[in-house]
Amino acid sequence: MQALLEVSHLVVDIPGRRGTLRAIDGISFSIAPGEILGVVGESGAGKSLTGAAIIGLLEPPGRVASGEILLEGKRIDNLSAHEMQHIRGKRIGAIFQDPLTSLNPLFTVGKQLTETIRAHLPVSEREARQRAIGLLEDTGIPGAAQRIDHYPHQFSGGMRQRVVIALALAAEPTLIVADEPTTALDVSIQAQIIQLLKRLCHERGAAVMLITHDMGVIAETCDRVAVMYAGRIVEIGPVHEVIHAPAHPYTAGLMESIPDMSVERERLNQIDGAMPRLNAIPSGCAYHPRCPRVFERCQVERPTLIAAGATQAACWLHDAEHGKAVA
Amino acid sequence: MSAQPLVRVDDLAKTFDVSPPWLNRVLERKPRALLHAVDGVSFEIERGKTMALVGESGCGKSTVARLLVGLYAPTRGSVAFDGQDVHAALAQPSGRALRRHIQMIFQDPYASLNPRWTVEAIVGEPLVEHAIVSERAALSTRVDELLRSVGLSGQDKTKYPHQFSGGQRQRISIARALATAPEFLVCDEPTSALDVSVQAQVLNIMKDLQRERGLTYLFISHNLAVVRHVSDSVGVMYLGRLVEVADKRALFAQPRHPYTRMLLDAIPQMHATGRARTPVQGEVPNPLSPPTGCAFHPRCPHANARCSAERPRLLEIDGVRVACHAVEERRI
Repeated sequence: MQALLEVSHLVVDIPGRRGTLRAIDGISFSIAPGEILGVVGESGAGKSLTGAAIIGLLEPPGRVASGEILLEGKRIDNLSAHEMQHIRGKRIGAIFQDPLTSLNPLFTVGKQLTETIRAHLPVSEREARQRAIGLLEDTGIPGAAQRIDHYPHQFSGGMRQRVVIALALAAEPTLIVADEPTTALDVSIQAQIIQLLKRLCHERGAAVMLITHDMGVIAETCDRVAVMYAGRIVEIGPVHEVIHAPAHPYTAGLMESIPDMSVERERLNQIDGAMPRLNAIPSGCAYHPRCPRVFERCQVERPTLIAAGATQAACWLHDAEHGKAVA
Repeated sequence: MSAQPLVRVDDLAKTFDVSPPWLNRVLERKPRALLHAVDGVSFEIERGKTMALVGESGCGKSTVARLLVGLYAPTRGSVAFDGQDVHAALAQPSGRALRRHIQMIFQDPYASLNPRWTVEAIVGEPLVEHAIVSERAALSTRVDELLRSVGLSGQDKTKYPHQFSGGQRQRISIARALATAPEFLVCDEPTSALDVSVQAQVLNIMKDLQRERGLTYLFISHNLAVVRHVSDSVGVMYLGRLVEVADKRALFAQPRHPYTRMLLDAIPQMHATGRARTPVQGEVPNPLSPPTGCAFHPRCPHANARCSAERPRLLEIDGVRVACHAVEERRI
């Protein structure tokens, strides 16, 4: 089956006065139709930039320096701003962290929904309004027919995020890029929103790229997960394997540092140090100064994704030659 | 076991006046509006233990923190620290001594450190303010010690906050809070602004310091997994009231209040891949017009007529304090 989204060797640069920073360094992944791919990592790992590059909303001076982004087999990374506008909303929907800043406070939610629907679909104002009400109902907003004429500030945080999801789904896109959609919400609301997102995307067959730092959300929602570190993907594979049998030392360290409800530990495992700054990415494997299993090769040669059991990890431990040397 | 708890909070309440301006009240006949941010909260913390307060945004947990350190004056009720009434003591000039014993760590390590001050000035300020050290050389050595105790180096003291990462900044906040050698630390969401691996570093340091110095913590968080890791006892808050107070093990093994159960059920768990959860319905009501009776009744699956009419009191049931009619009547 053809991948819905194919990202290959994507590089994002941010030119600045003191030289160019490489924020995303050659990442490749794909998303199948209807699949939910989680992208996880700590602040500054480049997960949001990856999302922004895909929806064509990289903030200048950030730019795609090389690599390709293909949506349904066609390149979208080199389109003009005007052409990209047609794809954004129609074929790729976006959901951001803060529902208040994603909505225009000066227009009713109905106005914003019908505008989006009419921009992408050939329907009349009345049909668009009917559709908008239907969308709000689908997202579980009670009294949608009345609520449609309310302004964003009249909605609570959870309800606003439902409106944002309705907006993202308005033109029936095939891909949704959701950047930390539940981070600003309380836990009880978070669970509702995650379920909603999962159900709606499943019903409509839309694929989702879910960017989050919360491993719990990933575990419950995604089919596959990509772990990012310092602008690179260090591990990618099925959710269950990545969580229970991580192949990359960074993923393993990350998993053990999360306080978990089901296991009680006296001390949490901590990864000493911090993620490197973009202007001081270490040579070889970017994780090597913090890695407990580092050896010489890690310091000089940069690992690519290597098959490691059910997942793929960018780590020399899984290289065939290393296996031989140890054996 | 010491007979007396270090901190005793008794029927603490804080009401904020959020009325519209006088002219609007007169012309538009708008009534006065009072927000009961904290409404009759009582608990005790034993010396050397950690009590956690959990709840969703707007439940009043941060207001409790601010009341405890004396940043707000209570509308009703009292806070006793080591047998001494905190707010009465702070009103006296001699109350400064008490401030040395109670310190606070804030949520946002970016906003709680002055960007124009060096780390030495930040960490040294409480020492100078409380006249603990007077000589420059002694101040410098003391700051060195404090920084080392939180895993930073003495050389860091000439730097400014922007030169540190989020986790390092939170450690500077901890060093500052430790400067006066306090007995009681109020930590308001100390790790929620941090990444998980950094959160682990900060939580480990906090635990180590507790063991070494016998510190007592009030740990405020919305993250139940973190609470389970750090605390000895847990208080669950909903709309300004405590709905359940229990030993950590009891609370996580057998949550009694329906709201506690809901919160526990709502946490996405790493080790339950693909498990479908039953999400809770509804949202936290507007605290300006809280529901009658039990504030949780509109969202509660076990609510009956009594719940919507009569406010449940926090009663001790099977060694756990719960404010719920259904638990009291053994319906659940």
